Amino acid sequence: MRCRKCSHPAVIKMPRHNIALCKDCLTEFVHTQVRRAIDAHRMFTTNDRVLVAVSGGKDSLALWSILLKLGYHADALYVDLGIGEYSLQSRQKVQRFTEAVATSYQATLHVHTVEQEQGAGIRELATLVRRPTCATCGTMKRYQFNRVAIEQHYDVMATGHNLDDEAARLLGNVLHWQTDYLDKQSPTLPASLDGFAKKVKPLHRLTEREIAAYAVIHHIDYIVDECPMAKGSKMLAYKRVLNQLEADSPGTKHTFYLKFLDRQAKQRQEDSQTITEQDQHRLHPCETCGQPTSTTVCTYCKMMAKAGSHA
Amino acid sequence: MQTGFFRSYDTSRMKVMLTNPRKELEVPGPTRVHQLLQRLNLTPEAYLVIRGDELVTEDAMLQDSDSIEIRSVISGG
Repeated sequence: MRCRKCSHPAVIKMPRHNIALCKDCLTEFVHTQVRRAIDAHRMFTTNDRVLVAVSGGKDSLALWSILLKLGYHADALYVDLGIGEYSLQSRQKVQRFTEAVATSYQATLHVHTVEQEQGAGIRELATLVRRPTCATCGTMKRYQFNRVAIEQHYDVMATGHNLDDEAARLLGNVLHWQTDYLDKQSPTLPASLDGFAKKVKPLHRLTEREIAAYAVIHHIDYIVDECPMAKGSKMLAYKRVLNQLEADSPGTKHTFYLKFLDRQAKQRQEDSQTITEQDQHRLHPCETCGQPTSTTVCTYCKMMAKAGSHA
Repeated sequence: MQTGFFRSYDTSRMKVMLTNPRKELEVPGPTRVHQLLQRLNLTPEAYLVIRGDELVTEDAMLQDSDSIEIRSVISGG
């Protein structure tokens, strides 16, 4: 199979665009899609300081690598969740990437170790607070990424969420009619009030397969194994269904999510309140930590108080 | 001894490693990538096929001497 653009040997066939691409053309395609996402959704500029949330997986390491190559000031934060061998390996992958690639761009890696700072790993915390591990992990990561972004004065926080992640999340929200969550699926969420970092998803136009292929051809050594806690996750089930639909009808995931964003953008023009105004109306500082919350005490502080009382 | 598409260990057969979950197979070649995925009942959209350290497309012909990784690209998100 030959590259549709330059006729060199192809490394990937991309049915959703009806093309196959070689290494160089895939690299150009990925960089173009990321630039397009950043510009179209006014995520950040080369003058901004970006904090990338890295996990050691393909998406976050590829994102960090791409942003550095495109000339952005991107540092990273790794949250060590204390999930045994999986966390040891993923931390090692992040540290190796930092030494091999990021330091040559003068980029910095921040590390937050949950066991050290919160007194227990994520599994133990989840047991103590009687919540599912993935929900506990999500709360922990959201809180720590926002905290570090604010404390270290980053302009924006970037995550490696891709087209498959967003399409699967959209499917889950629609299947359960969780319409309140749909607004939060925007690729850019504003720093709507003090204590809230701006959050962006520059990979939302790329599929997991395209990003994984980019990581392989650029020798990004990421953790291939799945988090042991993700076994049986609904997101994986939604992704399997969407990939089956994609195989039968290429472009399904792309159309499902990107058309949703188009509709959302039109709806916003008609809405009387912006996301910022809605957040300012709904949120206020947590009584314990000061981070924005819709209740008196935020979920993270409630969780940590419960964990402390059971420890 | 197993017969058919997958056989027991044999040095003349293609070594195939699957990820998530990790599994090693011995597969007789030559076969094309799309045929291999089809026989293993794997959706092409969810996997990359790597020969040595090179990505290969679905029409690539795989030989007995090849060392193949079928890498899952799906993560829990």
